[in-house]
Amino acid sequence: MPRPPLIHATPHGLYCEAGGFYIDPWRPVDRAVITHAHSDHARSGSRAYLCSRSGEGVLRHRIGSASPIESLPFGEQTTMNGVTVSLHPAGHILGSAQVRVEHQGEVWVVSGDYKTAPDAAAENYEPVRCNHFITECTFGLPIYRWPDQADVFAELNQWWRANQELGRTSIVLAYSLGKAQRVLAGVDASIGPIAVHGAVAPFMPLYRREGIELPEVETLTKDNAQDYRGKGLVVAPGSVQGTTWLKKIAPNSLAFASGWMAVRGARRRLSLDRGFVLSDHVDWPGLIDAVKATGAETIGATHGHTAPFIRYAREVMGLNAYNVPTHFVGERIDREEPEEPQTELPLG
Amino acid sequence: MKAFTQLFTRLDESNRTNDKVAAMRGYFAEAEPRSAAWALWFLMGNKLRAPVKTKMLREWASQLSEFPLWMVEECYSHVGDLAETLALILPVGKGGGEELPLWQLVEERVMALADWDGPLQFPLVRAAWSTLSSSERFVYNKLITGGFRVGVSRTLVTRALAEHAGIERAVMEHRLMGAWRPSAEAFERLLSEEDDGEASAAQPYPFFLAYPLEGAPADLGEPADWRAEWKWDGIRAQLIKRQGQVMLWSRGEEMIAERFPEVTTLAARLPEGTVLDGELMAWRDGRPLSFAVLQTRIGRTKLTPKVLKEAPAAFLAYDCLEFNGRDQRETPLRVRSALLHKAVAPLCSEHAESSILLADGVAFQNWEDLTKLREKSRERGVEGLMLKRWESPYRVGRVKGDWWKWKVDPYSVDAVLVAAQSGHGRRSGLFTDYTFALWKDTELVSFAKAYSGLTDAEIARVDRWVRQHTVSKHGPVRVVEPELVFELHFEGIAESSRHKSGLAVRFPRIARWREDKPAAEADSIGTVRALLRTSD
Repeated sequence: MPRPPLIHATPHGLYCEAGGFYIDPWRPVDRAVITHAHSDHARSGSRAYLCSRSGEGVLRHRIGSASPIESLPFGEQTTMNGVTVSLHPAGHILGSAQVRVEHQGEVWVVSGDYKTAPDAAAENYEPVRCNHFITECTFGLPIYRWPDQADVFAELNQWWRANQELGRTSIVLAYSLGKAQRVLAGVDASIGPIAVHGAVAPFMPLYRREGIELPEVETLTKDNAQDYRGKGLVVAPGSVQGTTWLKKIAPNSLAFASGWMAVRGARRRLSLDRGFVLSDHVDWPGLIDAVKATGAETIGATHGHTAPFIRYAREVMGLNAYNVPTHFVGERIDREEPEEPQTELPLG
Repeated sequence: MKAFTQLFTRLDESNRTNDKVAAMRGYFAEAEPRSAAWALWFLMGNKLRAPVKTKMLREWASQLSEFPLWMVEECYSHVGDLAETLALILPVGKGGGEELPLWQLVEERVMALADWDGPLQFPLVRAAWSTLSSSERFVYNKLITGGFRVGVSRTLVTRALAEHAGIERAVMEHRLMGAWRPSAEAFERLLSEEDDGEASAAQPYPFFLAYPLEGAPADLGEPADWRAEWKWDGIRAQLIKRQGQVMLWSRGEEMIAERFPEVTTLAARLPEGTVLDGELMAWRDGRPLSFAVLQTRIGRTKLTPKVLKEAPAAFLAYDCLEFNGRDQRETPLRVRSALLHKAVAPLCSEHAESSILLADGVAFQNWEDLTKLREKSRERGVEGLMLKRWESPYRVGRVKGDWWKWKVDPYSVDAVLVAAQSGHGRRSGLFTDYTFALWKDTELVSFAKAYSGLTDAEIARVDRWVRQHTVSKHGPVRVVEPELVFELHFEGIAESSRHKSGLAVRFPRIARWREDKPAAEADSIGTVRALLRTSD
C-alpha cells in the first residue's frame, strides 16, 4: 500500500500528519509552522508557532507579542514527532522561509512565497534539494519576467527627480511589510527627504534590528507634511489610493511597485501615474529554475496561475505536477499580498 | 520609432491632460513632418489594415519563445492584448537595431508586409522582433496587428496640434476632418497659417453634439425659444455639395457616399456650396425601418440590387451649415432652418418618395404637450426628442446649453448572468464581459451580452464571484452558476434568426445589480416579445 502523502491540503491548510503540524494554517491549530508574517500566511490564535529567527520580530508584530512563538535559525534542524523540520531562506521578505520536512528518507519542501531575485531587505533565496516541492505560482505565466532591479530603481530615482522639477510629491504604493522596506533600501536617498505612512513605520525598527540598512525616514503627519511636499518621496500602502490622505500632500505623482505592473491593463486599471515592476514573488524563469534546482520529481502548485504551470510541468518538463488548493481566490492583484491592517491615518 | 514609442509610453503612463498635451506638443515640435504625419494619423484613432494574420503571429511567437501554442493562448487570455502578450513572451530582443524613423517603419516595414504571403512574412517579422527593444516591439506589434489605439481623445490631439501650430482650435478641428493620407505635405498643410479654402472642398464641419437632458424640459424656459425634432435612430451624417461634387460623411468621419447612391444621386441637384447635417435612415413609405435594416447597407462590401430594394435609404436633413458656399455656423438656427428649407424643399417636392427629406419640427405649445408627444416615440420608431434653441449657433463638439437630447426611457429587463469572459485593455484579467439569459419555460436562454454599467467595485465583486462559481470553462469563457440577476437596459428590439433567443437588442447595458432578486424571478423571453409587439 502506498504511503499517505507526508503533507496534504486540509480545510485548515497544509498539514503534516506524521509531524502533527500545519504550515501557514488559516484557522487556529495546535502547532503552526509559519513561512512569513504576511496576514494570509500568519494567522493569530494557534497554540504554538515556529518561524525563522530573523522573522520572529515581524511575526510578533503581526500576531501579538505575547504569542507562543519559537524560532529557529535558517538551516538548523528540529524534530517534531520524529519528523525533521528545518527552515531555509525564501527571499520573499525579511525572515521568510521555505519549510523542509524530512521523514523516513523522504524530503518535502514547502516554498511559501519566494523570489529568486535579490533584495537588500531580505535574505537571499536558497534552493533546497527535495523529492517533493510545493511551490507558489502567483506569477506562473511566461509573460512575467522581472527586469533587473537595478534598472527599476534607476527608473524610480529618475521619476522622483522629474517630479521634484514639477513640484510634485512622489508617492510609492507598496505593501507595508516587505515591499516598502525593499523600496526604501533601494532608492537613492540623496535625492530628497523620505517619509513613510503610519502603517509602514512600525516595521522599520524591526528591520534595522536584523541588520537591514534603511535610510532615515519620518512618519508623515499633518505637521511635517510641509517638509516633503513637492520634493519628498513617501512610501504608503495601496489602501491610501482614493482617500483624502493623498490630497494632503497634493500635488503628487502616484506609483505602484508590484509585479502586476508588468501588464499594461493592470497599470491602467489602477489609474496610476507610474507602475514599477518590482515583485517579491518568483517570476516565470525563476520558477522554472527553482523547480529544477530542487531536483524534485513531484511538484505541487498553489496560488495563482497553477493550471498553465501544471500543464507545462507535466508536458514540457516531464514532471509529476498537481494542484494544491488554497482557500484564497488567487490570480488577483490585491492577492499578491494580504490586505493591510488599517492603521489610523496620521494626517486625519 | 524611438521618439514615437516614447510618446506612446508617456501618453499611456499619464492620467493628466496637461501632461498628455505637453508630450504631444513636444513630439510634434521635434519629429520630422513625414513621421509626425503618421503619428498624428494614429493618434487620431486611424488604423492600418492588419497585414499579418494573428494566427500566424501566435504560431511564430510559440516557435521563437519555445512555448507551446496553448501557453501563448493562456497568456493572451490573461493579458487581454495580443500585441502586448507577444512583446512579453518573446525572447528579449537584442536591441541595437538601426534606428528607423516612424514613417519608414510604417511604410516600408509594416505596410510592405501585405505584399508577402504569410510564411514569407516570418523572416521580416522575426528580424523586427529581434532588433527592437521591448517597448518598441509592443508598438510594432500594435502596428502589424492593425489594432493600434492610443488612449488619447481626438479633442486632446487637436488641442496639442493647434497649440503647436499656433492656430485656433476650431480651425484645426476643421482641417482634421475627413480622410487624409499621412505625408509630410499633409502635415505641413495642417500647420500652415494660410487659409486653406479650396484644399478643404471635401471636408465636413465638426459635428455639434447634444448632451442628454437631465432635468425637466420646463427648466429650459420658454417653449417658444425651442425647436423640437424627433430623435432619429440612424447614422448621423453630413451631406456636402461643393465644386460639383457630392460627399457624404458619417459622424465617424468615414466617407460613405458609395453606400447610399440614391442619396448622392439626388444630392447632385442641391445648390452649389451646400452642407447639410442630418440622419441617414432606412426609410419606406414615410416611415423609418429598424436600425438593423440600415446596417445591411453598411456591413456589406457590395451593394446588391436586392439590398437596395430591401433597405431603401433616405437622408433626413435638419440643419444647414453652409449655404451659397458660405459658412453659416454662426447664424442662428432660426435662420439656418430657413436656408435648409430653401436648399432641400425643391428636391422633396419633385418626388413622392424622395431620398432627401426635411426633418420636420415637432409642433408644441407647452412642455406638457411635448412630454405627451415624447411618450409616443416608440410607436413612431424614434428614440425621443431633440431640443434645439432657436437662437443657437452650430457649435463644435459636445457643448451643453443649446442642444439637448431627450430620449425615451430605455427598455428594461431583469436577466440572469450565465457566462463571463475576461475583458480587454484596462479590464484585462478581470471577468467583465457578461452573457445574460432569460427564462423560456424552465430553461435559461442566452439573450444579450453587456460590458458596461457596473462600478469598478462591483466589477471586482462579480469577478471574485465568477471565479468561485465557475461551472465549466470553454476557452476564455466561464459558464457560471445561474444565480446573479442584473437589470439590463436597451434601446431597440428586433426579430433575429441569428440569436438563440430569436431576438436582437440594441445597446444592451447593465443598469444595476439586482442583489434583491433570485434567478427564478428574472424575466422571460416572453416579456421581451411583448415589448417588441407594443413597439411595432
